[in-house]
Amino acid sequence: MSTETETQPLLRLEHVSKNFGPVQALSDINLDLRAGEVTALIGDNGAGKSVTIKTISGIHGPDGGQIYWEGRPVRIRTPREAAALGIETVFQDLALCNNLDIVQNLFLGRERTNHGITLDEEAMEKSAAETLASLAVTTVRSIRQPVASLSGGQRQSVAIAKAVLWNTKLVIMDEPTAALGVAQTAMVLALVKRLAERGHAVMLVSHNMNDVFEVADRIAVLFLGRVVAVRPAADLDRQIAVDLMTTGQSARLSTNGHPAKEPDRA
Amino acid sequence: MSEVEDPTPAKTDTGEHDEPMTAAAARKAELALPPDIAADSISGYLRTSLARVRAGESGVLPVIGGLLVISILFQSLNSNFLTAGNLVNLLVQAAVFSLLAMAEVFVLLLGEIDLSVGFVAGIAGAFMATRISPAHDWAWPLAVAVALLICAGIGLLQGTLITRLGLPSFVVTLAGYLFWQGELLRILGSGGSQPINNQAVNDIASRAFTPTVGWILMLVLVGLYGGLVWRRESKRRKAGLVAPPPRVTLLKIAGALAAGVALVLLCNTNRGILVPIRGVPWVVLLVLGVLVIWTFLLGRTKLGRYIYAIGGNAEAARRAGVDVMWVRTLAFVLCSFTAGIAGIVYASRLQSISTAVNGGTLVLYAVAAAVIGGTSLFGGRGKAVHGVLGGIVIAAIDNGMGLVGFTASAQYMVTALVLLAAVIIDALSRRGRVAT
Repeated sequence: MSTETETQPLLRLEHVSKNFGPVQALSDINLDLRAGEVTALIGDNGAGKSVTIKTISGIHGPDGGQIYWEGRPVRIRTPREAAALGIETVFQDLALCNNLDIVQNLFLGRERTNHGITLDEEAMEKSAAETLASLAVTTVRSIRQPVASLSGGQRQSVAIAKAVLWNTKLVIMDEPTAALGVAQTAMVLALVKRLAERGHAVMLVSHNMNDVFEVADRIAVLFLGRVVAVRPAADLDRQIAVDLMTTGQSARLSTNGHPAKEPDRA
Repeated sequence: MSEVEDPTPAKTDTGEHDEPMTAAAARKAELALPPDIAADSISGYLRTSLARVRAGESGVLPVIGGLLVISILFQSLNSNFLTAGNLVNLLVQAAVFSLLAMAEVFVLLLGEIDLSVGFVAGIAGAFMATRISPAHDWAWPLAVAVALLICAGIGLLQGTLITRLGLPSFVVTLAGYLFWQGELLRILGSGGSQPINNQAVNDIASRAFTPTVGWILMLVLVGLYGGLVWRRESKRRKAGLVAPPPRVTLLKIAGALAAGVALVLLCNTNRGILVPIRGVPWVVLLVLGVLVIWTFLLGRTKLGRYIYAIGGNAEAARRAGVDVMWVRTLAFVLCSFTAGIAGIVYASRLQSISTAVNGGTLVLYAVAAAVIGGTSLFGGRGKAVHGVLGGIVIAAIDNGMGLVGFTASAQYMVTALVLLAAVIIDALSRRGRVAT
């Protein structure tokens, strides 16, 4: 890569590949994620978006290639190891317990205790309130209300807050706006931007081009398990993105003064 | 996935990140709040509580209302129902049901069921009774402790089969129901019955505190409760955390005091026929003690939090790093252990244990009591206190029908209908709550 960066990428995938039996799900993936940037990962169904996320978040180990975290080569074998590095994933189905309240959900599995015996509700409630305030999630009436009583957008905000409550450096979001209405989508996208402003690296997977162009700093396009383009969002437009997603190339992109690396077609 | 949103925003002037909120949605959100949070005054507290009951977010109010209705009904049929003697007797009867229902709450919270609790209780009673008999002559505390450990072991076995092999709890505990019934028959042997002559064990269910001790105990306990609640909530208020206003806190303490005074007054009324009998039965304190410990475990420890989390969304709990299998197994252990306590009380009350233990009826009463008390069969919602209150309702129905002289067939049918009604209310209120 000629445009070697001024800053070291937080996470770098080099020649990462993954196959499930005879199916090559990812081949030769090269991707950098930087702190303070929203990187959108787009692609058609089956392009390998989910597999990429799962490889980074420790659900599938890669079969080939190397992952670098802050310049160091790492192996991420389990979600625990990913969390230990500072990688948190917000999955599409949110993974919240509806019968628990917001504080209980935020701290689920990592509760603070008084000498290991009783739950330290006060400490948890305070830091939950601080986190939500710092993310400007202010529409919930009480942080003690059960998640079942929240709207879809509020739930998504809680799921995101849960991801950044820890010493998180990279937040991966899978279709965070898929089930949301217009106003709720705007709320969640604003939250995504705020995460990047706070210095988190954000990886956003989405089908929705409106969302992608609204928040992404850079866009990576996957096509049949390969990265066919990684560009600043300003260099692309919707038509080019759709061309890349559906055919793996775009005539307009190569005549734009930004020659696209021709995808290797086997 | 989420609830239906009305497209017309009720307020749009608060910025782009605000959500469209309709009046209906606002009211729904309001109802979902615990009254502790939503209320800013006593009247607000009561209003929110009532609104929540109407919306299907039942607390303990419906079960208290149900008790009132049952009392009025049976009192009009037989004027002996509301006498002190019968009510105290009813409390002692309720002890076994309440303990079994608290046992069942642990597994119901996971959305599971344990059908074996009746005979597991029988095993505890039979094991203890045979060990303290002259044939073995164990010290009674040792016999009780070992009996409870055996029950915990039974829970560990059943829980391990259910969680490690992924078997349905219904089937595993149905097998347990048969197996432990067989074991009960084996322990009791050819005689089929084991009388208990140990004074200490029989005292558990039949002895009462003297009236003075009853008053002192009640005041000490209410004082402890009040002190703890006041300290916690005023600390939260000072720290600016979510907490009810002081008047609501005082209302809670006053309520506890009123209930305590009523209980002691009732129990201290002479209920003897030939010789005066008065005082709070020991077993009432035992049930209260178990209630306090299990409430603490469920509400204030990680284990309790994880039981609720797994009942709400097991996958979310797993992703959050909770050892789901172990927590589920432990819930079955706690269930069988508590059933063991119920078995000891059961044997103590009858001053014997026989093969006539009706484990089938006991388990149905236990599930019915938990659900009537407000625990959901669908998992994630319930408290230990629901088991206690539900147990009192079941005992009241059982006792009242006996007084009025219902036939056995009618008693079974009425109990079945009460269970069915409780489950229907549970299912309907679940539908009424926010769909997810």
